[in-house]
Amino acid sequence: MTIPVPTPESALRCRGLVKRYGDVVAVAGLDLEVVRGECFGMLGPNGAGKTTAVEIFEGLRPPDAGEVEVLGDRWRGDGLALRRRLGVQLQETKFPDKLRVREVLSLFRSFYPRGMAIEEALALVALEEKADAQVRPLSGGQKQRLSLACALIGDPELLFLDEPTTGLDPQSRRQTWEIVEGLKARRRTVLLTTHYMEEAERLCDRVAVLDHGKAIALGTPRELVASLGAEHVVEFTVGDGAAPAVTEEVLAALPSVEGVACEGGRWRLTVREVHRAVPGLLAALAERGATPTELATHHASLEDVFMSLTGRRLRDA
Amino acid sequence: MPEPAPGRPRGPLSELTLARVRELIREPEAVFWVFIFPILLAAILGLAFRSRPPEPLPVAVVAGSRADARLSALSSQADLKPRSLGEAEARQALARGQVVLVVSAGDPPTYAYDPTQPDSRAARLAVDAALQRAAGRSDAFTPGRTEMTEPGTRYVDFLVPGLLGMNLMGTGMWGIGFSLVVARQGNLLKRLVASPARRSHILGAQLLSRLIFLVPEAGALLLFAALILGVPVRGSLLLLVGVALLGALAFSGLGLLTAARPRTIEGASGIMNLVMVPMWIFSGIFFSTDRFPAAMQPFVQALPLTALNNALRAVMLEGAGLTPLLPEMALLAAWGAISFVVALRVFRWQ
Repeated sequence: MTIPVPTPESALRCRGLVKRYGDVVAVAGLDLEVVRGECFGMLGPNGAGKTTAVEIFEGLRPPDAGEVEVLGDRWRGDGLALRRRLGVQLQETKFPDKLRVREVLSLFRSFYPRGMAIEEALALVALEEKADAQVRPLSGGQKQRLSLACALIGDPELLFLDEPTTGLDPQSRRQTWEIVEGLKARRRTVLLTTHYMEEAERLCDRVAVLDHGKAIALGTPRELVASLGAEHVVEFTVGDGAAPAVTEEVLAALPSVEGVACEGGRWRLTVREVHRAVPGLLAALAERGATPTELATHHASLEDVFMSLTGRRLRDA
Repeated sequence: MPEPAPGRPRGPLSELTLARVRELIREPEAVFWVFIFPILLAAILGLAFRSRPPEPLPVAVVAGSRADARLSALSSQADLKPRSLGEAEARQALARGQVVLVVSAGDPPTYAYDPTQPDSRAARLAVDAALQRAAGRSDAFTPGRTEMTEPGTRYVDFLVPGLLGMNLMGTGMWGIGFSLVVARQGNLLKRLVASPARRSHILGAQLLSRLIFLVPEAGALLLFAALILGVPVRGSLLLLVGVALLGALAFSGLGLLTAARPRTIEGASGIMNLVMVPMWIFSGIFFSTDRFPAAMQPFVQALPLTALNNALRAVMLEGAGLTPLLPEMALLAAWGAISFVVALRVFRWQ
């Protein structure tokens, strides 16, 4: 028995997107599609071209080449009609210090022909208590939530969040995540960029991994991790003396090991089953007179996906 | 969740304007510079240049056989304050500016004075007349005198319209320029452009908020000038308001233009000073533009602040009507319109 699945409607589509700044190619031929109702993540290190791409989607920059379709429309003129259907949060916006939270929201609300009531937006980002406070004394997390509320106040069909939690403390970050999860529960379409893999894993239905202006992988977080061929990662280093005896061939031959990588003297094994790989590893090392130090295992994450694709870590890539 | 918003009383232009007004009135420094400073300046300058009975001019008579006779002749003159000094002392006093003229001991005497100093020249005329009269010359006739010290001809009367013009320039340029550059620096302009706010509303709100502030700002200075300093407003108050409005718009346009590109406050400050300093000097705020040579007049008269100051003075002090002010008003309108159009074309939104 088959249930007919309606073809998912596209909220955003781009093909062959290119943007150069002088000699620097910020976006190098990007193809993406965001489906209505999903939370789509663009994960990549700083400088991967995430913000440039999002600002092209938002109609703030023209691309040098390629096509963008947002909610079935293209950017032309001032794009006012299209902007009324979008919510935009920039990486950082400094709202006027002396305005009260409620006044900032009322200002942004006035731009949209329809949308939420101020109180509703305040409740959505848990800022009710700060409604009559001025912007200046707000904490970084509160300012970010105000910015989020301004993006939501027009009740957008598509919401852009550019690095919504960068620079926030862990508590504020979790609070922002809860707000986005609330939006997901209401089937809002969200496109967010981030360089935090935990954020992408937790919030995004699908993730595009970006590096040097291109999407190098695309899928659900689970699919991407599964593409590693194994669910666990074992990391260790060995003392200098016996280091030469430990080679990639030796490690790759161990039971349950699917992948081997070495970065700055630190070995990373991608393994299917930790309980089979680790005893084998310890035995192999003992045979060669090497003692493992800093042995650690964890569940494979998007960080490991990024490392296996680029050989670099997300944060310091 | 989407519902027709209850209580959405204001449109985007009013909200944007209101936001500017709120920002400004909640900034104590801004309130000081806009409202208090021009009044303080008018009060201080009015005090410094207040009308006083003219001081007698100090002159020296070099000691000698005729010194006593000359001293008594000069002492009879109310506007001279003679004293007797030795030759060397007298020269020194002249060099130091303690006296403005020295009468030598010889007969006939020699007057030593600095012809570039108005006081020295006046002293020469008074001393010469007194000594000639003492020596037997008689006046052909005695002229009548009318002393002009009533309100409208004093320095403070000249000053107040100039200060009003200067204030309109300063608040127009700073008020608009500063807030736009701050908004650009903090990504607020970009965020507004990313939202469905019209660009014309974003910039129009800046102008509107300027016009709203014009009323208390010009009003405070004018009230102070009229009530405390007794500065007259001889022409129509409506015309005065019209001229001030046009001036405020012209400088709002210039403010918009100077803030159209810079990304930092420092950059904007530099450009603003470049634009404003020449007008502080050349536009007749503190002294008449007639002091500049004829060759410079086309430049001086083309400056918007010159036009504004001339028009304000004409209305306040001469009671001029609309017709004679048309050239100045046209010049202000042209400055405003051209800079506004250029600003819109080159404006950097992010």
